[in-house]
Amino acid sequence: MSSSLQSLNRSATGATGPLAALSDALWRRPGLFVFLLLVLPVLWLGIVYLGSLFALLIQSFFSIDEFSGMIRHEFTWKTYRELLNPINLDIIGRTVLMATAVTIASAIVAFPIAYYAARYAQGRWKAFFYLAIMLPLWSSYLVKVYAWKLILAKEGILNWLFTSLHLNGLLEMLLAIPVIGGNSLSVSYIGTFLVFLYVWLPFMVLPMQAAIERVPQNYLEASADLGGNPWQTFRHVLLPLALPGIIAGSIFTFSLTLGDYIIPQIIGSSRLFIGQAVYSHQGTAGNIPLAAALTVVPVVIMAVYLWVAKRKGAFDAL
Amino acid sequence: MSTLTLSFLGSIALAGLLVQTAGADMLSKLGPGEGQLNIVAWPGYLERGETDPKFDWVSGFEKDTGCMVQVKTANTSDEMVALMNEGGFDLVTASGDASLRLVAGGRVQEVNTALVPSWKHVDERLKSAPWHTVDGRHYGVPYMWGPNVLMFNTEVFKEAPTSWNVVFEEMQLPDGKSNVGRVQAYDGPIHVADAANYLMFHQPELGIQSPYELNQEQYEAALNLLRGQRKLVSRYWHDAFIQMDDFTNEGVVASGSWPFQVNILKSGGAPIASVIPQEGATGWADTTMMHVDSENPNCAYLWMEHTLSSNLMSDLSVWFGANPAVPAACTDGRGMQTAEGCTANGMDDFERIRFWTTPVSKCASQNDQCVPYYRWVSDYIGVIGGR
Repeated sequence: MSSSLQSLNRSATGATGPLAALSDALWRRPGLFVFLLLVLPVLWLGIVYLGSLFALLIQSFFSIDEFSGMIRHEFTWKTYRELLNPINLDIIGRTVLMATAVTIASAIVAFPIAYYAARYAQGRWKAFFYLAIMLPLWSSYLVKVYAWKLILAKEGILNWLFTSLHLNGLLEMLLAIPVIGGNSLSVSYIGTFLVFLYVWLPFMVLPMQAAIERVPQNYLEASADLGGNPWQTFRHVLLPLALPGIIAGSIFTFSLTLGDYIIPQIIGSSRLFIGQAVYSHQGTAGNIPLAAALTVVPVVIMAVYLWVAKRKGAFDAL
Repeated sequence: MSTLTLSFLGSIALAGLLVQTAGADMLSKLGPGEGQLNIVAWPGYLERGETDPKFDWVSGFEKDTGCMVQVKTANTSDEMVALMNEGGFDLVTASGDASLRLVAGGRVQEVNTALVPSWKHVDERLKSAPWHTVDGRHYGVPYMWGPNVLMFNTEVFKEAPTSWNVVFEEMQLPDGKSNVGRVQAYDGPIHVADAANYLMFHQPELGIQSPYELNQEQYEAALNLLRGQRKLVSRYWHDAFIQMDDFTNEGVVASGSWPFQVNILKSGGAPIASVIPQEGATGWADTTMMHVDSENPNCAYLWMEHTLSSNLMSDLSVWFGANPAVPAACTDGRGMQTAEGCTANGMDDFERIRFWTTPVSKCASQNDQCVPYYRWVSDYIGVIGGR
């Protein structure tokens, strides 16, 4: 700003030279100034970010030669047809179901926490709540996942606790459920689900808390004055007003679960999620087209999700 | 070994080479070291005493030759190939699934074995191994090799299991309980080769010649065996440390594994042992290979000699649970390894090990009708997913 002023002074006094000329040009044409400011970020976004996405998209329209295993650089829908075979549909379905379950569960678990933190916690308690919610984010993701493996193991803490309380019958019943059960918590979908829930919960609590804080207290009081019981107040006043926050949180939990490939590798039944499938198809296998096509799946799912979320006003709560 | 002696040996070799008319590009005479050396290696392969002061086979080399070693670790064979394609490195410790790709891609150069005086000490079984020798030309110096052993819990198996069937077929284990949920398998598609190796022994009518060369019918049979295995396995292993945890905390009692895990578990006092059952086993073998545009060829040759002549092979085989390419390293006390240690790592079982190579469709044993690796990947994903 000050340099513009200087240039103004200079042009007023008739200063010359290339720098002064540039300064004058920028002053006279604000559009050029904005263009120069934005050119680097736009190039970054365009080339590095969108460019890599398009490169990915293009790869997915190539195919792998059945015989030689070489990539054929010709346009084809073959890879997408391959994406629709039962094995890959299993993977996609499994991942989307898990992401949905994790999102719904974290919304349910996070709501009371967020509500209490937003409405009742005061002063030091509020700080404590923030800290307690954020604390898990401070330690390494891998450390947490490994710790959970030990907690959930067949000879781990949780199992020991259940046995000491003579509740292991309950645990066995839970693990006997077909599909989601297994030999122990750490090798079942239930275990994968619990760890996802733990790891992504802060991402749900924080936007939810922000949304609940924005609901005016007198709306709730007015609802009570008009004879609404607590449930009705929650259902018809609080929930609709806090919904954008819930959706904002769900964007995080849903997309993070959709893309994660480390948790299901360490905890669970070894059945692949999208991220793991992408990882194994590139590499020695060299099936980049299929890996790219699999990557397009979460991109499309998230695009639809974000479109719906935007319509619900979720981005106001971020 | 002084540079003078090396160059002397080198000139003798040169005389021999003139008669042989070997590769045009390879070095024929060693000069002085360039002062640095860049190596792409597996994690844990190049130790300079920083992880554990007892394990150091780099700083001595630097002191003797003045070649400062820079290590770039790579976690998969693909990373290694990518780094070598990028260039800027002198050497790579390539496994069997990367080595031939590097040769075919022209990324590595033929090694003049005459410039590596200790070449004569290399295990005869490895000298012309097909994963680094193409058309009689050596594209590297053997480094380390190891089997994929059957690891088991000695409290459950009082006697070592004699067959891989404990992990492939539903059965009662010696402790009277079923093996369902108590055995593991590797989650990489290369595990299809373990199944094929098992079938090679038990169903000779399939005509499998090599577990890495499977025609459609043989491949289907292997997948069927693996589908049965899925019912026994609660979780496939991927990470060595997670597998060790599964053996200690998850009640797993038998699995294909590496001597690395066996040695660590044993040293921690766990009731663990390993065996190579009657069917034999799959395994891996690594080779030190030299980049075609290596900028420090003299240091590279000095390093190759160092790998074969120093404490490296012996100490590394203790560190990694692998076998040295120089058999003398097991016994001559140049490092910490002993004959018993080598036997435990599978040194005597070379003939029973089928070394990892990348399955390609053009294969000699099945009239070029083999199922290529990318299908192993997608189908093994299906098998693990219950298809």
